[in-house]
Amino acid sequence: MKLSRLSTLCFIAVILFLYAPLLVLMANSFNVSKYGGQWTGFTWQWYDKLWKDRSTMEALANTLKIGLCATVGATLLGTLAAWCLHVYRSPLQRLHLMLTELPLAVPDIWIGVAMQLFFVSVSWELGYSSVIAAHITFCLCYVTAVMMGRLQSFDFHLIDAARDLGASHWQVAWRVVLPVLWPGMVASALLAFILSLDDFVITFFVSGPGAATLPSRVYSMAKTSRNLPVINALSTLLIVGTFALALIGHRLMGKGTKAPR
Amino acid sequence: MRVNSRQTVLTAPSFLWMLVLFAWPALHLLVMAFRPADVTGGVGAGWTWEAWTVFAEPGYLEVLWRTLWVSLVTTLGCLLLAVPVAWRISRTSVQWRSWMLLLVVLPFWTSFLIRVYAWRVLLQANGPLATLLKSMGCIREDAMLLYNPTAVVMVMIYTYLPMAVLPIYAAMEKFDPALLDAAADLGARPWQAFVKVVLPGIRKGLIAAALLVGIPCLGSYVVPDMIGGIDAEMLGNKIGQRLFSDRNLPQAAALATALAMLALPAVVIALRRKPEDVE
Repeated sequence: MKLSRLSTLCFIAVILFLYAPLLVLMANSFNVSKYGGQWTGFTWQWYDKLWKDRSTMEALANTLKIGLCATVGATLLGTLAAWCLHVYRSPLQRLHLMLTELPLAVPDIWIGVAMQLFFVSVSWELGYSSVIAAHITFCLCYVTAVMMGRLQSFDFHLIDAARDLGASHWQVAWRVVLPVLWPGMVASALLAFILSLDDFVITFFVSGPGAATLPSRVYSMAKTSRNLPVINALSTLLIVGTFALALIGHRLMGKGTKAPR
Repeated sequence: MRVNSRQTVLTAPSFLWMLVLFAWPALHLLVMAFRPADVTGGVGAGWTWEAWTVFAEPGYLEVLWRTLWVSLVTTLGCLLLAVPVAWRISRTSVQWRSWMLLLVVLPFWTSFLIRVYAWRVLLQANGPLATLLKSMGCIREDAMLLYNPTAVVMVMIYTYLPMAVLPIYAAMEKFDPALLDAAADLGARPWQAFVKVVLPGIRKGLIAAALLVGIPCLGSYVVPDMIGGIDAEMLGNKIGQRLFSDRNLPQAAALATALAMLALPAVVIALRRKPEDVE
């Protein structure tokens, strides 16, 4: 009995610990006081300032552009990779598997440094294209991992059945495989998008002056302690946004796993 | 033959992508660590150990040591908090479980940087926590909550805790609660049963959680940078300085290689695990 009561207390304490800083941050985005030590009244002015802050809006546009490109690229490449890894058994695939698994296991700063030095050595200008390439690389690995899990329950008899009924390889891919894999691809695309949106370290290391994303914008504003309430407003919007995305993802994932066999 | 050529064509896109954008940069990094630096911020020809001599400087060994112990303490802290939380969730009725789990994981989906920033605001000199603690008389007027290793460990636990709960919960869910009744019948006290029956039963989950938290901890950059300051620098910050402030690329490469070697044992264990253990 003591044990269960202790764990309940612990659960409640951890939830408070996890949410209190975010709630304080969100509350402060409506606080007249600049430093948020005390509540001095309600205001929308920080959201208004955020709306008029050009570089933040540019960073938002960059983030979305990079996120979309990375998501599309990583979902296509990752799904294909997972398919090959699931279907074929060969030395090539063992190497392939290692290449897609290793980036998930090493610290991201290491990937960031390696990529920066690589881009510099081949005179690839740091900017949009380098950030997108880096994002595709790490998102691809997550997509591959998710899709390999999904393929475990893929019924390969469907392909034989389609072939027996006279479908060509392309017809099988387009009308049988793709529709079955679609929900998993949507879920992993969502994951890739959130990961791309959220990434700071790798972006920080491979982005040039022009390709600041929202996290890099928050970082530079926070470091210089300028416009703190505006970051609070921006953060509040991002928190609400990611919570919404995560809830949608949760439902999608839930549906996928509970699908009748 | 046809199967083989189809395999090659289908594998090529992702394989070549990872070869060029991951394997090549990784090997290139290793090579760079043994090149001499030139004054213009570029890299010279020939081979040298020069970049590695940084570790002879006392400051760097201190940073290396701090990187290790901060990561270790953070990992232990996460496990210590995650076990009772995962236990609580796994002992709740099925309909509530997924909601409790979502509650724990949701902050994890929020931008990492924003979560760290939230703590920076919370801990700053005139911030909410300092004001509250001062009014209660818990800390002195000039006390600093930011810029020390303790703050770094706390914020790192904060950021990685959800990641630790997931694998431990997955292991707990598979754990057969009847074993606990058996232990009780055989005369074990609840605590004894927990330590001797439950903990060994969820061993895989504990290892997975330690890896998921420990490896990124070793490579921390943002938390020691925004929360820790100069007195709590970790290896990642030194790498950043070498890349951005004095542009010594071979030294950055050497530090990154050292980081990879610190993480190597954990990475090897992580890769040898079956994916279903982690899920």
